Amino acid sequence: MIHDIFILIYTLIKVVLITLPLLLFVAYLTYLERKIIGYIQGRIGPNRVGIYGLAQPFADFFKLLTKELIIPTASNRYLFLIAPVLALVPALAAWAVIPFSEGLVLSNINAGLLYLFAISSLGVYGILIAGWASNSKYALLGAMRSAAQTISYEIAMGFAFVGVLMASGTLNLQDIVLHQQGGILHWFWIPLLPLFFVYWVSAVAETNRAPFDVAEGESEIVAGFHVEYSGMTFAIFFMAEYANMILVSAIAALLFLGGWLSPFENIPVLDAWFDWVPGFAWLLLKTSGFLFLLIWLRATFPRYRYDQIMRLGWKVLIPITILWIVVLGFSIESHLGPWFTEERMAITHDTFVG
Amino acid sequence: MLGQYLPILIFILLGIVMGVLPILGGWILGPKKPNKEKLAAYECGFPAFEDARLPFDVRYYLVAILFIIFDLETAFFVPWAVVLNDIGWFGFWAMMIFLGLLVIGFIYEWKKGALEWE
Repeated sequence: MIHDIFILIYTLIKVVLITLPLLLFVAYLTYLERKIIGYIQGRIGPNRVGIYGLAQPFADFFKLLTKELIIPTASNRYLFLIAPVLALVPALAAWAVIPFSEGLVLSNINAGLLYLFAISSLGVYGILIAGWASNSKYALLGAMRSAAQTISYEIAMGFAFVGVLMASGTLNLQDIVLHQQGGILHWFWIPLLPLFFVYWVSAVAETNRAPFDVAEGESEIVAGFHVEYSGMTFAIFFMAEYANMILVSAIAALLFLGGWLSPFENIPVLDAWFDWVPGFAWLLLKTSGFLFLLIWLRATFPRYRYDQIMRLGWKVLIPITILWIVVLGFSIESHLGPWFTEERMAITHDTFVG
Repeated sequence: MLGQYLPILIFILLGIVMGVLPILGGWILGPKKPNKEKLAAYECGFPAFEDARLPFDVRYYLVAILFIIFDLETAFFVPWAVVLNDIGWFGFWAMMIFLGLLVIGFIYEWKKGALEWE
């Protein structure tokens, strides 16, 4: 009994140790986004609160904390308040299966990728309920758009995941990364290049980020599904969006860029030089690269039109993924080197079955 | 092995706490001065003309239906993809027949204009 409680407390501490740095990362991601977009547009960005504006996220947090929570009379008040929590929970809970380095994972489940796929699709409920419960035209429009867009891109994303499964032969995220051992050329981004692109485009669309942010579309439907939200309820949606951005970037790094593996593996001199770098640092570096790309995309591209988004999702991305799954099936069955030789396919097979 | 799922449950519970606590904090710390205009639905400054729950485009419904078909397809693909290396060419071709049927359906939808959003 005491032993069980001890395990429970130990797990809780580990969960908090993941959540707190994540929330700090979310806070500073908002700062970084404003700073980077500022520099891209020839501005300075936030620089008043603290040195270089570094205290800005906390100032924002306390400002939002002391703002009035407005619950419109016409809304369904309980659903209205539940929606932000529903948006945040999947964005946080998905981190339970992300391996940060070899062996450094909260719950090493064999259905890791399936869990990620399942829980990341739950986020759409928060948005849909928010839009409906607000009882406002803009909110409803934003929620409908967002839901249709998210589920459309989820298909392409699901097929991209299937490609990763075919190449690695396991759903366990740790084994997927271990399967990419042997240097930068063995990472899945080369044999799965089209799926990598499809995954990334879908990830941008899934998180409702520019240039696919018609769900918010400031210039047409003011703020979409969270137009009626204020203060902390709005902040929760914001946190969920940014936590999701970090999540999709981390998944991209794990599935296609070798996760925590060093890019200098099997390169004579460099391998020894960078030997001291912990795996976690590589993962963080790769994730940050993707996050920078997300911000860069937002600063560069104008917003897509809604019919263009749907066309891209259904008529471009889905056919590409289906085609590449067939190609991939052929290359795996004929053991195309250097990625799908008998020895390489056996790497994860042993760990998975054994 | 099931014990591995306990941390996930704890994580979900903590996620709920993380969502509820700030809202409660905002409720306690924020001012509460509601008035009729403030609590009305936002509509560019006018009072709302009609109920916001308008009928919406049937294409959203169509997309949802198509999504279910393709999501199921993905669900069928997952176990196949995991054991692909073991089941050999026979398994590969079996799945290709299934995929072929779905592609025919996909082409039919496309030709019928179910994917048009003009």
